[in-house]
Amino acid sequence: MTMLTLPAQPLPGIKPVPWRGMAWVTWRQHRATLISVPAVLGAIAVFLWIMGLKIHHDYAVLTACHPFDSNACQTLNINFNQTDWTTGNTVNILLHLVPPLIGVFAGAPVLARELETGTFRYAWTQGIGRARWTIAKLTLLALAITAVAGAFSQLYAWFFQPFLAQEDMTVYTATVFDMRGVDFAAWTLAAFSIGVFFGMLIRRIVPAMAATLGVYLGLALTTWGIRAHYPLALVTSKPVSLIFFNVSEPLVVATWYTRPGGQPASQSVVSQFLSNFHNGSRPTMTWTQGLAHYGLTQWTRYIPVSRFWPMQLFEGGWLLVFSVLAIAATVWLVRHRAA
Amino acid sequence: MSIIETSGLGKRYGKSWALRDCTLEIPSGQVAALVGPNGAGKSTLMNMAAGLTVPTAGTVTVLGGEPAGSPAALDGIAFAAQDAPVYKNLSVRDMLHLTRNLNRRFDQRSAQARLADLGIPLGKKAGKLSGGQQAQLALTLALARRPRLLILDEPLAALDPLARQDFLSTVMTAMADDGVSVLLSSHALADLERVADYLVVLSGGEVRVAGQVDDLLAGHRVLTGPAEAADQSAAQLSTVQVKRAGAQAHLLVRTSGPDDPVPPGWEAYTVGLEELTLAYLRAPGTPGPSLVQHTQPTEVAR
Repeated sequence: MTMLTLPAQPLPGIKPVPWRGMAWVTWRQHRATLISVPAVLGAIAVFLWIMGLKIHHDYAVLTACHPFDSNACQTLNINFNQTDWTTGNTVNILLHLVPPLIGVFAGAPVLARELETGTFRYAWTQGIGRARWTIAKLTLLALAITAVAGAFSQLYAWFFQPFLAQEDMTVYTATVFDMRGVDFAAWTLAAFSIGVFFGMLIRRIVPAMAATLGVYLGLALTTWGIRAHYPLALVTSKPVSLIFFNVSEPLVVATWYTRPGGQPASQSVVSQFLSNFHNGSRPTMTWTQGLAHYGLTQWTRYIPVSRFWPMQLFEGGWLLVFSVLAIAATVWLVRHRAA
Repeated sequence: MSIIETSGLGKRYGKSWALRDCTLEIPSGQVAALVGPNGAGKSTLMNMAAGLTVPTAGTVTVLGGEPAGSPAALDGIAFAAQDAPVYKNLSVRDMLHLTRNLNRRFDQRSAQARLADLGIPLGKKAGKLSGGQQAQLALTLALARRPRLLILDEPLAALDPLARQDFLSTVMTAMADDGVSVLLSSHALADLERVADYLVVLSGGEVRVAGQVDDLLAGHRVLTGPAEAADQSAAQLSTVQVKRAGAQAHLLVRTSGPDDPVPPGWEAYTVGLEELTLAYLRAPGTPGPSLVQHTQPTEVAR
């Protein structure tokens, strides 16, 4: 008789700890961030909505006013430019602080606090492993913060719409472009990623906050300078009006002049041509007549309004890549420079 | 099976080595004590075994060959660190829930029962517990993970004598019930003398001596004799330390057993663990017994 024997059990492999546990962990440990960011932006959104209704109403009344030169209409115009625009301009400036504040207060402490208080020695010796712990936590926080910022900026875009036409702005005005579309969400994500990276690199909350603020501001200001050079510009030899800014104006990157053969025009000829349109003196010819008179062709590199979304996606795209790289670098640091 | 095995293990911070050339083979199923003064490299060794710190040199494996920090190692090791073992702003209940979510196994029932026995309320913030209760909470969380190896870095430092006794008895019960291997560290041997089966003495980042406590005690003895003959006898024997007291001298020497001949004019005494540890700590540069052949006293006395 042979006894039936159970086949040898394969050695149990170590199944990883399920990701879903990290959802509760992230929620419990970052409740303050996950509640306060939506709460603060939500409160601002309510304010924007109430103010936005008034501004849109004022703007509708203003644009319906006829004739525009009448005293009544001019009073409305002045009121709008003073009262409503003061609100809009102040809100616009203050809201630029939201991404850096999220980077500083929500991003930088995530890992720096663990390292500063020593609790990383608890967190990173649990079965889940520190790489999964970091990836799950940063991904969840980044998604939540980015989603809230994205939703918020859509309301903001509606709130701000009347000012674009009324206050001599284009959709490419630096401080307007980065509050609308996907840009605000992308900048918020970038700020958060910069924060967590410096939190891990510096391992101290306050210095990491300072570094986050500095690097974010540097990046944002640099971007204002380079945005016009995104590879989305068109070149035209049709004269482009440069007199008034307006919501439907393109972003003009560069202007230059050539002679009939295609060689660059000499500076003196261009100066002579331009002098006809300077000093407020009444021009003796139109711009087109002037170009013909001096034998000049005007070339303009510009980004048309129709490229607003490609521009948004280009900037949002590189900010997304930047953020993913910053978070990947953070995870690398967690894995290799833990203690 | 070795619960921790290191080979040429070293960690350098800047220019100074926190631990260097550490070769150890700590057997499983025992309480191993890591003893040495502050800054001896105890925490560094434990951090590397727990997978927190990446070695500068050498290797460390745990649980019979798993690389430290690997998923299998993390799954089987529970580590309670010095000073900050818990999140101070979380409640005890949240700490239980947190630990359960971060591990494959978590024995919620036994953890709650243990906390109830200890009178630690679940609703209290971990930061509001006394030092002893925080240490007990960290230990409870670690044991609820059903680890094969429990690493406790200076667990007793913040505890009063009564709490020390409670803490150690919890550890010993877990060992007896679940067969957990334990690695404990302390700067004071007296804390661990009663519980340690295996002893590692560290000083200045180097292992001074390591072995089974019984083997170490059997492998050493104190010879007492005339001070003028001390140097001559010390040179002939495998001497760890020479102590002079007036006309008498005490030599701590390695021995192959009680039948080892005693030099004429000298008397042999057994040595205490504390005396032995202190001798190795005070005699820097003296290599300890071979670490790997800890089960063979004859080799130890080479």
